[in-house]
Amino acid sequence: MMRIEKSYFADERDDDLHEIGQPRQRADVLGHVTGITSFYADRNHEGMLHLKMVRSPHHHARIRSIDISAAAAHPGVRRVLLAADVPHNIYTILSFIGILPEDEPVLAFDKVRWMGEPVAAVLADSPRAAAEAVALVQVDYDPLPAIFDVEEAMQPGAPLVNEYHGQNWYAYDSGDARKVRLGDVAKGFAEADVVLEQRYQSSPIEQAPSETSGCVVVPDQNGRFTCYTGTQAMFFSLTNAAIILDVPESKLHFVGGTVGGGFGGKTDTVCEPIAILASMVTGQAISFQFNRHEEMQMSSPRAAERIYLKHGVMKDGRIVACEVRCYVDSGAYSRLSPYGTNKAAAHFPGPYTIPNVAIDAYCVYTNRTPSSAMRGFGCTIGDFALEVQMDKLARLIGMDPLEFRFINAYRDGDMKAHHQPTEGAALIECMQEAAKIAHWPVDPRFMAMSSRKGS
Amino acid sequence: MSKVAVHFDLNGKARSEFVDGGATLLDLLRTRIGDMSPKAGCLQGSCGCCTVLIDGEPRLACITLAEDVQGREVETARGLPDGAGRLHPLQQAFIDGFATQCGFCTPGMLMAAKALLNRKPNPTRADVIDAISGNFCRCTGYAPIIDAILAAAEAGRAA
Repeated sequence: MMRIEKSYFADERDDDLHEIGQPRQRADVLGHVTGITSFYADRNHEGMLHLKMVRSPHHHARIRSIDISAAAAHPGVRRVLLAADVPHNIYTILSFIGILPEDEPVLAFDKVRWMGEPVAAVLADSPRAAAEAVALVQVDYDPLPAIFDVEEAMQPGAPLVNEYHGQNWYAYDSGDARKVRLGDVAKGFAEADVVLEQRYQSSPIEQAPSETSGCVVVPDQNGRFTCYTGTQAMFFSLTNAAIILDVPESKLHFVGGTVGGGFGGKTDTVCEPIAILASMVTGQAISFQFNRHEEMQMSSPRAAERIYLKHGVMKDGRIVACEVRCYVDSGAYSRLSPYGTNKAAAHFPGPYTIPNVAIDAYCVYTNRTPSSAMRGFGCTIGDFALEVQMDKLARLIGMDPLEFRFINAYRDGDMKAHHQPTEGAALIECMQEAAKIAHWPVDPRFMAMSSRKGS
Repeated sequence: MSKVAVHFDLNGKARSEFVDGGATLLDLLRTRIGDMSPKAGCLQGSCGCCTVLIDGEPRLACITLAEDVQGREVETARGLPDGAGRLHPLQQAFIDGFATQCGFCTPGMLMAAKALLNRKPNPTRADVIDAISGNFCRCTGYAPIIDAILAAAEAGRAA
């Protein structure tokens, strides 16, 4: 059962919390256990059409031509949408707050840049007719060399993934990488007793919600469209749909908030704009639901990362230098990966005070599925690498891994790598409590430490 | 496409429906009847979100033909409360045990659990784990769900 340990920082708290630490029922629990909770797909509409995407079978290819005649003539098919049908055929997740780059089409027209990229949207009376017609759309592709490795993608002569950028990486205002600098790492490594450099690599991770991504759109009679959606980012989706469709937001009524599992995977606006457009051009209700294959393969995962960590430590346990090179695999488009890479740069070198730090975090484009949000993206994989590295460093100098962390833990007033002083630190106290619960022997001098210096 | 008449019981009530040949039980329940409690999580028989009972046995509605329930009894999560609207002990145990988060797997999970308790009112923890081994949950983790099913069995014994 949950226990709140109140002996730490007792003088900093009023202890007037009434909710924290108390079990409170979810407001929606009765609907959940009775099956009445309404998810986006839980509605039927007379004449509802089913949208299914034609997707690229190539990782990278030029589109020579698209022939929709056979698909459009297939029984049950109402319409096939192409890039030219989309009013503003550019998706940029944060363009509404002025954050670019506008590097991704809603429907591809000149090139496909990842396997699964949408090229056309088929609207049909039944899911079956839609699936049959998808197979009848003839796209003439000219395959191009593809690139799947972040470091190879940055080499001269690598195939160019995304022409918007002119290079296979995002250009930050600090240069090719998001850079963080503190002290003098060369001096730090020269002083160090031991230096360890390691390479860490993660795979893309799919959020895999039980409910697949999608939406149901119903045309109102007053020129408005109601969009029932499973999005986790209601206002991103509303505003992005309005931008892509070139209509005022007042023409769109978004209904959501009930999400059948998201974990970050329902943050991008990939279903609503095209489904609303489909409703606009047909006057019918539209259902667009990813199937399980699309959810696993086409929805944006957590980015794969490659991280090189180099630490210099003294035999007494102090880390004196840390150098990080981190490559975040954004896939073919940006979505939230330039932002995630920023977070990665800010998150290194972890909750440790190190006087000499140099961090270069690159957001790299490859011909893989675009990556985006997932639970702590930008930080989680870095934490994995950092904590494995901490254990290795402790072993190298023959020190207990927890005591090694006590020596280096950040405390209030310490300068972090990105030049912000530490405030409200509680790492030492968390480690003390964890050591007690786990019966992990720790030297009394560490158990007497505090995150508040001087106390 | 030819239609087939299907007569069956849904949550204790006689139903007769015309279905398309090849339509699944999930299509019939959700699209024709409007019982949205079985969920379409994968449509390939792997996630368990569409679990219903047919003659008391757990079955995946997404890979069961609608015609196959001819003359049989089908139960869904919508039928779990009793005639007076009182929650089934499993539903109450899921509430009390914080065994639901997003709610998408919950109806299928409840039906898999009901099939178990029908068959074995005093299940072991291993029995419960086995009974829900075909049902994915991506939010709460399985421990609160297993605990809730065991608590419901306990409540059933006390009742």
